[in-house]
Amino acid sequence: MSLVLAAPRWRWRRPSVLPGFGLTLGFALVYLSLIVLIPLAGVVWRSASLGWPQFWAIATDERTVQALKISFGASLVAASVNVVFGVIVAWVLVRYRFPGRRIVDAAVDLPFALPTAVAGIALTAIYAPNGWIGAPLVALGFKVAFTPVGIVIALVFIGLPFVVRTVQPVMEEIDREVEEVAATLGARRWQTISRVLLPGLAPSILTGFALAFARAVGEYGSVIFIAGNIPYVSEIAPLLIVIRLEEYDYPAATAIAAVMLAISFVMLLVINLVQAWSRRRFGYGA
Amino acid sequence: MALDIDAPAATVPLRPTTETPLARGILIAVALAFLAFFLFLPLVIVFVEAFRRGAGVFLAALAEPETLAAIRLTLLVAAISVPCNLVFGVAAAWAIAKFEFKGKAFLTTLIDLPFSVSPVIAGLVYVLLFGAGSALGPWLKSHGIEILFAVPGIVLATIFVTFPFVARELIPLMQEQGTGDEEAAIALGASGWQTFWYVTLPNIKWGLLYGVLLCNARAMGEFGAVSVVSGHVRGLTNTMPLQVEILYNEYNFVAAFAVASLLALLALVTLVLKTILEMRYGHAIAGAAAPH
Repeated sequence: MSLVLAAPRWRWRRPSVLPGFGLTLGFALVYLSLIVLIPLAGVVWRSASLGWPQFWAIATDERTVQALKISFGASLVAASVNVVFGVIVAWVLVRYRFPGRRIVDAAVDLPFALPTAVAGIALTAIYAPNGWIGAPLVALGFKVAFTPVGIVIALVFIGLPFVVRTVQPVMEEIDREVEEVAATLGARRWQTISRVLLPGLAPSILTGFALAFARAVGEYGSVIFIAGNIPYVSEIAPLLIVIRLEEYDYPAATAIAAVMLAISFVMLLVINLVQAWSRRRFGYGA
Repeated sequence: MALDIDAPAATVPLRPTTETPLARGILIAVALAFLAFFLFLPLVIVFVEAFRRGAGVFLAALAEPETLAAIRLTLLVAAISVPCNLVFGVAAAWAIAKFEFKGKAFLTTLIDLPFSVSPVIAGLVYVLLFGAGSALGPWLKSHGIEILFAVPGIVLATIFVTFPFVARELIPLMQEQGTGDEEAAIALGASGWQTFWYVTLPNIKWGLLYGVLLCNARAMGEFGAVSVVSGHVRGLTNTMPLQVEILYNEYNFVAAFAVASLLALLALVTLVLKTILEMRYGHAIAGAAAPH
């Protein structure tokens, strides 16, 4: 009798003998709502209450558009640099054995651990016109600190571990037999790498790129010291939010934040889609 | 007879599944040069600049009352925000990893949300929520409750940016471990609390420590979010990273780098402990190589 009743009933959770489901889920949901969801919804609500004309006027303001262009442009360049060098670093760490490899491997996570303000002043000291690298570059006619190039330098630093740590585990899982087969069939080493290995790594490289890009777009601490922060030239979007807040121009700050949030969520969606596609196509997540 | 030893090596053809020694050398050199410029040099210069005028000036810079106040505030903020996220992480991981329910994947995505939000926006959300222009602002003011430009705001912003660390470390780990151990404990008559304390916790302790380590490093080093809500009141609402900024903007470089060197030291200690945990207990830390 009870079997007949239980079988067709739709349940939103599978029964379990373990206790504490209601308590832990309830606490997690309340905490998540109070700390993250309600405050974030506030941004959406406040920008919606601006009304479309005012929102559009702020979002298309010349200074806002330039700041967004600089943020996204510099992030795109930095994430691309990270893909090139990140893949090389991951390859070297996975495939080659050399003295100090373990230390180098551990050091890759430094940008995760080093506070962004510290990274910011350190990079500025190096690339300033009187710095260790800045001075020789100025002599050659290149100015790095206090220009958009400086922004890219800071974002490369911040984004590096994302590419390496996303690509590295996938590289470790590559079946060596695949390469042996390619070699047996007459492929040269370069052909094996470019036609056999890289396509399999593509989803993880793409994910690493997207993670580094997403992080770079929102980055603030490491950039503001080295950027010079000249409006229309080297002023990033997060800094413009801070400037608007300091002017008590909350509507402008909220509108810029809403634009950035919208783009971040699209990025998050793309990352999830790439990972889902990768799992279907290659049988493992990126 | 050295020739005899060298001869076979020269005649054996290169394995076609590896690169030539030259290609290897170039790739290793490129990788190491890149890391030297982008990782090693910034770390070195922090300490070089901090000790530029000697250890005496370095120590004097750290003994400034405002700097000491910043250190105390940073420790206080981490001491509140890390345990909060620790409790949340364990509760969320218990619900998500040990039970099957609808909407689980969506909940996991929501927990990761703070990582895809700019730190500046993380600060902004609390300014909008508690600021003068908000619905709560006037009420808080009339009751004398200070959240913005005071310690509670800094703690909230720090909790926001470090929100997912413990949870995302524990969820994959506890999912991998399954529910068998806990079900056995319950079947043998253990209470829910005993099951967690004597069965689950020993299984997850290294993963938990790993998550707390990363959470703490970020909590102590957070700049953007805290900068927005702190109000920069000297000696009162400046954390160490904010103190670095203020000293730097005053061209007090030695003092700025002195405080920065403490934070760099924290990063180094975090990296060393993290590496030790990965090497010794790698099997007990899920997703050890996952990006954060």
